[in-house]
Amino acid sequence: MTVTAALAVLAVLVYGPFRILQAGKYSSENWLDFIVFGLAQGSLYALIALGYTLVYGILRMINFAHGEVFMCGAFTGYFAAAALDGSGFMDRHPLVGLLAVTVVAASTSIGVAVLLERIAYRPLRRAPRLVPLITAIGASLFLQYTVSGLYGSGLETYPDVDVLKGDWQILGIGILKTQAVVIAAAVLIMLSLYAFVQHTRTGRAMRAVSEDKDTAALMGIDVDGIIVRTFVLGGALAGVAGVLHALIYKQVVFNMGFQPGLKAFTAAVLGGIGNVPGAMLGGLFLGVVESIGPGLFLEGLGIPAAYQLKDAIAFTLLVLVLIFRPTGILGERVSEKRA
Amino acid sequence: MALLEVDAVHSYYGNIHALKGVSLTVDAGEVVTLIGANGAGKSSTLRTISGLLRPREGRVRFAGADLADRKPHQIVADGIVHVPEGRGIFARLTVDENLSIGAFTRTDVDGVAADREAVFATFPRLRERRQQAGGTLSGGEQQMLAIGRGLMARPKVLLLDEPSMGLAPILVEEIFAIIERLNRERGTTILLVEQNARAALDVAHRGYVLETGGIALSGAAGDLLHDPRVRAAYLGV
Ligand SMILES: Nc1ncnc2c1ncn2[C@@H]1O[C@H](COP(=O)(O)OP(=O)(O)O)[C@@H](O)[C@H]1O
Ligand SMILES: [Mg+2]
Repeated sequence: MTVTAALAVLAVLVYGPFRILQAGKYSSENWLDFIVFGLAQGSLYALIALGYTLVYGILRMINFAHGEVFMCGAFTGYFAAAALDGSGFMDRHPLVGLLAVTVVAASTSIGVAVLLERIAYRPLRRAPRLVPLITAIGASLFLQYTVSGLYGSGLETYPDVDVLKGDWQILGIGILKTQAVVIAAAVLIMLSLYAFVQHTRTGRAMRAVSEDKDTAALMGIDVDGIIVRTFVLGGALAGVAGVLHALIYKQVVFNMGFQPGLKAFTAAVLGGIGNVPGAMLGGLFLGVVESIGPGLFLEGLGIPAAYQLKDAIAFTLLVLVLIFRPTGILGERVSEKRA
Repeated sequence: MALLEVDAVHSYYGNIHALKGVSLTVDAGEVVTLIGANGAGKSSTLRTISGLLRPREGRVRFAGADLADRKPHQIVADGIVHVPEGRGIFARLTVDENLSIGAFTRTDVDGVAADREAVFATFPRLRERRQQAGGTLSGGEQQMLAIGRGLMARPKVLLLDEPSMGLAPILVEEIFAIIERLNRERGTTILLVEQNARAALDVAHRGYVLETGGIALSGAAGDLLHDPRVRAAYLGV
């Protein structure tokens, strides 16, 4: 049974690429485009995944409303962008404008994340695990329908930012400016976050709280305060991801958090939930696999409209990793005792 | 006035009535030991002092001030430092990081650096392992790290919960010698919970015997060592 499954997987992994490369359907530039797009998409997954993984690391809880934290940031970012565009400010000072939009989005996401912690999760901290999980799903629906109630369920479109039109030649490859900005911003943010967690007083306290809350309190750490700061960090990253998402996809809608949220959660599990570098790598990896996977693995098998199956690839990958390495790529075993 | 005063405290885990009216005092400069069988409520007493457990009745006072509304992290800042049973080393943090966390409430950078040196002087093996993850240390080294980390907070009172638990006899001796030295040379006030009653009474000035959530006996350490009830129940003679 397992052998058959492994052979089937192997057939897909080897035969598909062999056929498609032999047929020469895609040029090497096409493949590069797939990879760059995958990295940009993966950067978004990674930024959102960090929110799941930070909160899980501290509370051993999946914040299933985190996709909506991202959506709320993208939404208020849209209103800020539209206002700045309408007044002509965006054209005159595009960088300042984008920065302002990002600040608005991040502040919204931080506010939503902190309120979620305070209202929905903190009172349930000693409840059985299923309880906060169900609450998180409820909070997720509450946020979606609040936004759709207030602003409608239609698509809104971010204004174009002229300086980000077209592409840059980087190392002889043409890369869309929006994608380059998304990748660069995400990488910069992730490196800063890693340095923060490893080398600051608060970062150290976060790691201590994540290992053992009672002992952390005995060290003089305000555990509730550290938990709030964790939600602040995760919220800020989600808000920035909301704006970066808009640079690529332009549109916002009340349920836009669901799919990226699910994918980012997948990425966090792929990397090893609770593990900060794991969430970064998991996000980038998932983005690239989704982007090149359909062309590389599926088209060669004669599957029509292979690109429609990219979500299936993402979740197949999740299942495979969970079968062969249940703790994720970089994950360590999480002891139940610490939960 | 006693520095630390536990006054008729009742503490619960859900419906389990763990402390049934415990009272004890610790004066500045003293080593006081709390002995008793497994499950008597020794750890619960320390957890009630450090604020991890909230007493349902009774009071804990520190330097005269009621601690009822103080959170655990504020109690640490007040000067009560609790080294928990099982050591509570952060396994993924390095030895150095564990020590830094011990000094979390402090902002005097120079003082913290000096105290780190003092900890390394007391426990030279920790200096050799300072970049190692806490989880890779041996049991004895972890206990030294736990005590050293407690000292990094500059405690006015140090609560030690079974520091000799699980250690080889030679290390047990070393740990008790260090406790005695801390008190003698630095004047650190210590409330020491132990199952090793003889060694604890040897270093302590006074002692309390806890039985099923209440104080059964108390007195000068020397008197308790010769008390027939203590000798029969806790010293095995
Ligand atoms: N986390 C807990 N939940 C429920 N009961 C507990 C818990 N911790 C201790 N107890 C109970 O409280 C009583 C006192 O325990 P403890 O203070 O740990 O004793 P000691 O430290 O003297 O061995 C025991 O009956 C124990 O079973
Ligand atoms: Mg105990």
